[in-house]
Amino acid sequence: MQFVNFVSSIAMPLVILIIVMYAFMEKIKIFDTFLIGAKEGINIVITIFPTLVGLFLAIGALRSSGILDCIIHFISPILNQFNFPTDIMPLALIRPISGSSSIAVATNIMKTFGVDSQIGLMAAVIMGSTETTVYTITVYTSSIGVKKTRFVLWASLLADFVGITTSIIICKMLGG
Amino acid sequence: MNKFKWVRKLLNSIWPIFIILSFSFAIFSGNIDKLNQSIFSSTEEAVNLCITLLGTMCLWNGIMKIASETTIIKKLTIFLSPLINKLFPELKNDEKIKKEISMNMVANILGLGNAATPLGIKAMKSMQEKNSDKKTLTNSMATLIVLNTASIQIIPTTVIAIRNSLGSQDPTSIIFPVWVATICAAITGITATKIFIKWGK
Repeated sequence: MQFVNFVSSIAMPLVILIIVMYAFMEKIKIFDTFLIGAKEGINIVITIFPTLVGLFLAIGALRSSGILDCIIHFISPILNQFNFPTDIMPLALIRPISGSSSIAVATNIMKTFGVDSQIGLMAAVIMGSTETTVYTITVYTSSIGVKKTRFVLWASLLADFVGITTSIIICKMLGG
Repeated sequence: MNKFKWVRKLLNSIWPIFIILSFSFAIFSGNIDKLNQSIFSSTEEAVNLCITLLGTMCLWNGIMKIASETTIIKKLTIFLSPLINKLFPELKNDEKIKKEISMNMVANILGLGNAATPLGIKAMKSMQEKNSDKKTLTNSMATLIVLNTASIQIIPTTVIAIRNSLGSQDPTSIIFPVWVATICAAITGITATKIFIKWGK
């Protein structure tokens, strides 16, 4: 456990340190470059903002109206058979399809159940370990005009499924 | 963004359904006060999230811009070449494509999303030039796409930023669990790909 925490906490500072040291040795205008990149960061956040407002409204309404609980009430007996936490279901469904939607759903889950709760951790680990699969496949195949994608979607979705299941299991093991 | 019309289409049909269903459900089930509250709190949440995301996203994009100006991506590809040879047996004598693929992978691992996609597409285009059936993916192309959908990343920045903005005690604590889940997912994806290829799908 201590090892896990140590690795997790050293990763980010170490990556920053290595990159800055490396750039320093290669004599790059580090701060100027930093500023250019940081400005792009602002643009990313601004572009997703309208989407987030719209989706937060929809997800908030689904939850507060009680309809989400109603739906979960009906499917939870099935999911419970597999020991799958129902509160994660909405995220698992939207994650492969839309990046900003899954950010909105994950944030809502973390906020509702607590960011450091077990469900909150699961949502975070799922977000970090999976990709917007369908979107990625579309970018790569449409870039070269290929129509027949063969098994790619199935292999990727299977990988997502395993990624999500592993996230749930590991969060249960680590406790939260 | 034209290529992603169907994502828009999906949201264009799902969003109104969500609103209509939940708003009418709230009226009939007597949860209208809760709904009112959530309308205002959800817009506020979006603002709060974006403001707090702004800091981390700027910082990380800045650092990653520095990384992409150095030769670090090129240097790190050396470590990947044994793996690339195993994953792409059909590109045996194609050093140029293998180089592009490994640069795409390194950029992904470092979380340089902006750099990774153009590199990946470059590799796809180089492979397409040698593809005899231009309408169908080759085995190597399929493998590259599956690798790219696996999100192999050292630091899952966005989700750390979200955790930070929600006041987590330890926002980076998810890094190790994320690695484990990602690696399991990637191994599954690659194994499935290899099996499908063997079956001749």
